[in-house]
Amino acid sequence: MSSQNDLLNSMKEQIGLMQDRLVGMEARIDGLLEAAPEPVAAVVSDGSMGLTLFVFALAIFLGVELITKVPSQLHTPLMSGSNAISGITIVGAVLTLQNLPEGSPLVPIIGFLAVATASVNVVGGYLVTDRMLGMFKSKKEDK
Amino acid sequence: MQSFAYIVASILFILGLKRLGSAATARQGNLLSAVGMLLALVATLIDSGFSWGWILAGMVIGGAIGGYAAKKVEMTGMPEMVALFNGSGGIASLLVGWASSTPGTTLTPAVSIPLFLAVLIGGVTFTGSVVAYLKLSEKIDGKPVMFKGQQILNIIILAALLLCGVLYVINSGGIGNPWLILAVLLSFAFGVMAVIPIGGADMPVVIALLNSYSGLAACAAGFIINNTVLIVSGSLVGASGIILTGIMCKAMNRSLGNVLFSGFGSASSSAGKAVEGEAKPISADDTYYILEAASSVTFVPGYGMAVAQAQHAVKELGALLEENGCEVNFAIHPVAGRMPGHMNVLLAEADVPYEQLVEPDDVNPNMAATDVAIVIGANDVVNPAARTDESSPLYGMPIINVDMAKTCIVLKRSLRPGYAGVENPLFFCENTRMLLGDAKASVQSLVAQFKED
Repeated sequence: MSSQNDLLNSMKEQIGLMQDRLVGMEARIDGLLEAAPEPVAAVVSDGSMGLTLFVFALAIFLGVELITKVPSQLHTPLMSGSNAISGITIVGAVLTLQNLPEGSPLVPIIGFLAVATASVNVVGGYLVTDRMLGMFKSKKEDK
Repeated sequence: MQSFAYIVASILFILGLKRLGSAATARQGNLLSAVGMLLALVATLIDSGFSWGWILAGMVIGGAIGGYAAKKVEMTGMPEMVALFNGSGGIASLLVGWASSTPGTTLTPAVSIPLFLAVLIGGVTFTGSVVAYLKLSEKIDGKPVMFKGQQILNIIILAALLLCGVLYVINSGGIGNPWLILAVLLSFAFGVMAVIPIGGADMPVVIALLNSYSGLAACAAGFIINNTVLIVSGSLVGASGIILTGIMCKAMNRSLGNVLFSGFGSASSSAGKAVEGEAKPISADDTYYILEAASSVTFVPGYGMAVAQAQHAVKELGALLEENGCEVNFAIHPVAGRMPGHMNVLLAEADVPYEQLVEPDDVNPNMAATDVAIVIGANDVVNPAARTDESSPLYGMPIINVDMAKTCIVLKRSLRPGYAGVENPLFFCENTRMLLGDAKASVQSLVAQFKED
């Protein structure tokens, strides 16, 4: 009988110890959670830096090759047309308004301004280029 | 799906840029690149989790402003407009960078470095473009602004920017990061400092360079969010802007460094040899007789034609001369005007067919056989001192050799030297006649005389 009680008592003791440990672990996890950074937002890039740098280098070379042979009469439309392309930053601007972090009211305002200014660039750039190019007429078309 | 759409968009941008390189396909090229833009945008928006209110408000407001400005702008105001659009792209990239510096996240250097660069380049592009706009629209004086210690101040700003960059990358994160905010302000200051010492006639170089910067800023923004369509199109624009800048510098026979830092034509640079002789004025009546007898005429337009808004009158005169059995062309120097291709746009607006617009290399060999060269508001690009006078600041610049034509008629407001402050021996040549007065009024009176007969 006594041996059975001893066994039960020791089991109870063990459970108590385990309980203490679990509580300690819980506290430690809480601590870790607090210390850990917010989950990294979707906009932040991962480690594939090498590949993107490669793409960047190729695109620069491609741009140089594309532009070298442009006649001077097209310089203005080329400039305003490529300027409209640089409005591609609108994609970045839109992405800043995705999954907004809590508690920073400034981010949506900055994002809104980014979308607005990029839209000026895109819409204005393409329209003005088109308007200009519409004026370039060949003699043949005239007659 | 999304990355596939981005690839297609990038291809459309590349094809569009390629087609912008030839007059027959340019309009189609612009349309292709616009389709690419729409595709990239739609592909981005099919994701979820957006704050639609902010996005739609931004697009509607920004699109309306851009669309209105593009419809309303006069062709003579095109350089300012392009400067403003460049500036809006720059500030957009700055804001994208700033908003991506989300609080509470730890940014790796692979993110924080491009983020800092997007803010820096975007800021410089923004204020640089605004100053260029103010100068071009003559809201401020177009002359170079130079002061003592300017270079030292520039170096201090650059060093401070570098320091901010290092400190930001070390302490990254947070839109309220003081180093990032300081960097925004410093990049604004640097943009202003970079453009104020550059004078009106060097604006084609500045506009092309700012165009390149706006692309590079977008490219840096692409690295922050690891988005290939931004990186590809941003670097395409960056590269094309650099090429165009190079073409402009070559057309002036100057290095980029010289354009950016020298404050050309300011008091310190020499004005070349003093020119002796007397300019011979001519009346509109006598000009008419010369033109009526001419069998080949070359027009050389410059910024003065844009200021006087004389392009329609010039076109009319050209058409009347053609009816009279005369061969007419328009020789356009790459840096005539205030932005690359400025004169071409104005003459295209006046319906001059683009076959008649020729480059200096094509007209110079035939100049001696040309009966009359008419210079309209151009000065430095026709200054023969660039060919002959080694002490002239223009020496070595490729020019249009109007002094070699049988007769050269210069339409000019007064006998003052041109923008660069350099004496122009052309005005004193044996075969040069000066038709003084407002270019538009002079051309209109010639047109009236042709119509009378």
